[in-house]
Amino acid sequence: MPKPFKPSVRLTDNDVTDESLYFNRRKLLKSMGFVGASTLLGSPVKASGWLWGDDDEDNTVTPSPLSYSQPKQYQIDETKTPEEKVTSYNNFYEFGTGKDDPVKNAGGFNPDPWTLRIDGLVETPTTLDLDALLTQFPLEERIYRLRCVEAWSMVVPWVGFELAKLIQRAKPLASAKYVAFETLYDPEQMPGQKNRFIGGGINYPYVEGLRLDEAMHPLTLMSVGLYGKTLPPQNGAPIRLVVPWKYGFKSIKSIVRIRLTDKMPPTTWNRLAANEYGFYANVNPQVSHPRWSQASERRITTGGLLSRNRVPTQLFNGYSEVALLFKDMNLTRYY
Amino acid sequence: MKPRSKKPWRFSHFQRRVLKAVIHLIATGYLVALFYLGVNDQLGPDPVDALLNETGIWAIHLLFVTLLLSPLAKRLPSPEPIKFRRMLGIYVFVYAIAHFFTYAFFELQLDWHLLTSELVKRPYIVVGMVALILLMALTVTSLSVLRRKMGKQWQRLHYSIYAILPLALLHFSWSQKTFWQAPIFYWLIGLIIMRGRITRTAAKTVKRLKAYQ
Repeated sequence: MPKPFKPSVRLTDNDVTDESLYFNRRKLLKSMGFVGASTLLGSPVKASGWLWGDDDEDNTVTPSPLSYSQPKQYQIDETKTPEEKVTSYNNFYEFGTGKDDPVKNAGGFNPDPWTLRIDGLVETPTTLDLDALLTQFPLEERIYRLRCVEAWSMVVPWVGFELAKLIQRAKPLASAKYVAFETLYDPEQMPGQKNRFIGGGINYPYVEGLRLDEAMHPLTLMSVGLYGKTLPPQNGAPIRLVVPWKYGFKSIKSIVRIRLTDKMPPTTWNRLAANEYGFYANVNPQVSHPRWSQASERRITTGGLLSRNRVPTQLFNGYSEVALLFKDMNLTRYY
Repeated sequence: MKPRSKKPWRFSHFQRRVLKAVIHLIATGYLVALFYLGVNDQLGPDPVDALLNETGIWAIHLLFVTLLLSPLAKRLPSPEPIKFRRMLGIYVFVYAIAHFFTYAFFELQLDWHLLTSELVKRPYIVVGMVALILLMALTVTSLSVLRRKMGKQWQRLHYSIYAILPLALLHFSWSQKTFWQAPIFYWLIGLIIMRGRITRTAAKTVKRLKAYQ
């Protein structure tokens, strides 16, 4: 009698690779960042100047020139970070956790059509489309220092308008105390929202918040451009916040909603690690991040390894005019 | 033991020399290229960041390869992989020390005050330093003369490579801002490489414990 066939390897349903995993296996491998020996030859080439942003994805959005004024008090004379560095070294986890991921992955991002809604504790909830955002408020160029919580900094010529003007248009109610911001949630366009290995496992959409008096401060900018052109996707197209006296993560990108509230709103990094990132996140050389000192920073401009670019960090990133907003506050406790 | 069906596979002297030369060329060449591009601002927007990442990640890649050699020798079976172990192990140290130099010289730019305070205050840097010091001890004692002199002590010291692996991975994990990033995969790969050794050690321990009872 013939023996019944017995497979040498017994497999059950548990061994079957999940379909979604199977179809995404290449992406998964890519997102692992561990690509074996091929990177040995690949990365110096990729990392070097000759082939920046070369990837197969073609940029569908090309920044277009803006018209704006250049108020004198915001034209500081510190060396600006070159445009190609500002647009290729970004923390925008929606497009990947690596600094060079956003420029590689955001090329196909389309910020048109766009709507930005302002609601909550306001008299007239307002919705603005892309055209309105670019034309209804007089634009000005402001050169601000940008201090990242990771202890590096840049000097960026932003183009935009004061957030106060936007909030005033919606007429805030007397009960409004805080402003909550929200980034677009669109996993189809933002791979980091779709896959936690790309997006670092953050709870999306990204949210941020300011106290109303911080939001109304004339330094607080809604930026629609940099270096005289509309924002590239990796820098937060089409509209982003810039709060120059706070760490960069407060300056939320690609905003779709602004809500006025009477309670302190949750903020993404604070939710993720409350002991490392506070609600206020004011730049402060005296209060270190638990894992590194904030006493000094490396200013990214030009020059290679040998350029001595470490400079002392200033309280409120040097914007001492905001000190009044925090005059009775313990800055160590409310970091 | 199973009788061997064929002779263990070996390189000729010449093949081994050529392969070693190629490894030297790639490992030192890559490091030199990184520093050269970095000095000339050709290493991306922030050359310091790029250099820190590349030296760190390649120290770990090389550590993986080094730890793979002895299971590979058993599997083949062949004595050849072991002949490359010292060389690759030393390159782990070379990349790790380049990583530290990048941090001290180009990241902190020889701010000694900051360097010493960071070295003692920040746990993830302490962990990295411990791994680096152990690697240095292994590198120094890799000289054949010392190895002979140290006898049994040598093996005991060199088992610390098994501590260096988790220390280096912890340093890597801790340096990231969120959990779901590349280090998870490195821990997985590390576990896979160490699987055989972990199960064997566990079995031995169980056996020893049973013998006591």
